[in-house]
Amino acid sequence: MKKNIGNWGNYPVIESNEESFVFNEQLDVLIKEEQPFIPRGNGRCYGDASLAERTISMLKYDKILSFDTQQGVFECQSGITLDQVLTVIVPAGWFLPVTPGTKFITIGGALGSDVHGKNHHIDGSISNHVIDFDLVLASGDTVTCSPGSYPDLFEATFGGMGLTGVITRVKFKLKKIETSLIRQKQIKAANLQELIGLFDQYKDYTYSVAWIDCLKKGKHFGRSILMLGEHATLAEIPENDRKDPLKLPKNKQIVFPFNLPSWFLNSFTVKAFNLLFYTKNFKKEINNVVSYEPFFYPLDAVLHWNRMYGKSGFVQYQFVLPLNARDGLIEILHRISDEGLGSFLAVLKVFGKQDSMISFPKEGYTLALDFPVREGLLNFLDELDKLVLKYHGRLYMSKDARMKPGMLVAGYPDLEKFKQIIKKYNPEGKIRSVQSDRLLLTAGN
Amino acid sequence: METVLILGATSDIGIAIAKKFAAEKYNIQLAARKPAQLEAVQSDLKIRYNVECTLHAFDALQYHTHSLFFDSLIPKPDVTISIFGIMDEEDEAFESWNLTQRMIDTNYTGAVSVLNIAAKFYIKRKSGTIIGISSVAGDRGRASKMIYGSSKAAFNAYLSALRNKCYDDNVHVMTVKPGFVYTRMTENMTLPKLLTSTPDEVAGAVFNSFEKKRNVIYIKWFWRYIMLIIKNIPEFQFKKMKL
Repeated sequence: MKKNIGNWGNYPVIESNEESFVFNEQLDVLIKEEQPFIPRGNGRCYGDASLAERTISMLKYDKILSFDTQQGVFECQSGITLDQVLTVIVPAGWFLPVTPGTKFITIGGALGSDVHGKNHHIDGSISNHVIDFDLVLASGDTVTCSPGSYPDLFEATFGGMGLTGVITRVKFKLKKIETSLIRQKQIKAANLQELIGLFDQYKDYTYSVAWIDCLKKGKHFGRSILMLGEHATLAEIPENDRKDPLKLPKNKQIVFPFNLPSWFLNSFTVKAFNLLFYTKNFKKEINNVVSYEPFFYPLDAVLHWNRMYGKSGFVQYQFVLPLNARDGLIEILHRISDEGLGSFLAVLKVFGKQDSMISFPKEGYTLALDFPVREGLLNFLDELDKLVLKYHGRLYMSKDARMKPGMLVAGYPDLEKFKQIIKKYNPEGKIRSVQSDRLLLTAGN
Repeated sequence: METVLILGATSDIGIAIAKKFAAEKYNIQLAARKPAQLEAVQSDLKIRYNVECTLHAFDALQYHTHSLFFDSLIPKPDVTISIFGIMDEEDEAFESWNLTQRMIDTNYTGAVSVLNIAAKFYIKRKSGTIIGISSVAGDRGRASKMIYGSSKAAFNAYLSALRNKCYDDNVHVMTVKPGFVYTRMTENMTLPKLLTSTPDEVAGAVFNSFEKKRNVIYIKWFWRYIMLIIKNIPEFQFKKMKL
């Protein structure tokens, strides 16, 4: 069906012919059609990675194939969302090995973006936990990929933005939990120096992430809240919860009802929001036990929160800088603060080591910021790109809607290897997206 | 735990109904022409809802196999839901007797064949429910849905008669008339958003109405009134209209 689609940032929005399937045979037919396509999950990447004139929606391909509750191995079709997976695994005493900040993504999308979570410095990205997966290639052939079978495709599919083929079946390892609760610690940091010190001090925590108020200047520059967490053990949770320690959180969702007018977010409202966010924590440090939902997915509580940015949408800018580039972090944050283009959220996280071909994470600091789309933004982001490159950083393709091909080349040393694999398995660019065309990853460019 | 038989389980509505009943703790029997296709649905229902789920080969057009098919079901279903049906391009069907006959034989003859068998079993047992997924297209014959609509009209009449026939034997028959539904079958049509339901909405309405023992239901209440108006347009006027 022809319809206008955009991803989470609502930028860009394009007209696409969207088709869906339930059975493998139906997918085979769709792949053999002449028009190029990109597989698409729940549309929660931010930019144009899963946009194309023709998209194959994976959402009806969402069945659970096996669940070994003893070993914690889960096998499913790729269109299932993490939200659905959690409702099955949590009551059985298991958790996702890695989860991003929203549970409304598909497993296929998680592999395509090689998602990371608050535990990257301990557990790495999702690719660390995948046993094997099936991939339907542009030719229509299905191959099973694992470290021992088609290792080139196995590696290139993680972070490969769907360009290696259509991921159909995924088998991955889960993480054992005693309770569905999280023992969390929140610490306020008065400025960036303090925050970085805290990250270091608490690096043994499994989960860590910080929210930064990047509009604050002067000695409170980089004022922030560091959020740390561990899966709570049975002994650590309140007496009342011990009867049903693995219970699922109650569904308490509110819906952001309409697109806010784009003037709504200005430096005044964003400052007010950030002030509220910072001062709601009265004490320097909070220690408590909470459900996994508010800890991992605070924004999922507001469905369609992206409407806050109005019709014109927003761009999320996420980069990673090596650990020795703290100066770069400071310089970039200053640049953003000076420009006052109003980033609502700035999320800082430390990545652990990771070797991979095209995945985003590498050891260092990663910062993610939202920018409402308005005049001058794209030029400003081009300037930020230069700073990121100056400090040997790179950008996350899942968030990207605008980077230039050179930025990708400069950030990803193994890009040529990735391109060769695309050339081998997707030679005519049958599988392509607006992004892959823009970044010159697919044939015909 | 009670068991539900779903005839035509590979359709989007069939899968959604199977899911809904499984979520409500019914064991599920999925029947379709190619049951192997449903292996993933089977594992999914078992793992998500912790119910039994079995697969069965069933071809609506092979009438002579229907008795054997029903006999082989263990246990016998407490609820039998008939969902299968085909909607070919009407202009093509008008040109080809094969297509026309296939539509009638599937949507009407096949349904009557298998539901008669289930009904006889339920009458003897003095309990059971039969649910037929029909269509608003059966409410009045229109040029744009001539064969499909008339086959569903016949199916509606059959279900109504069956409800009447089985009443004294404690067997309930429910007719379901969906309007537009977003399915793979309608993927390439532009459907009016307000009037169109999702397979999950159909499944939810079917389950709730089943519990309330309703007789004839429309999915989304206004379809009842839309069809009431359409049914009441005088024939001398109706024949000139393009609907």
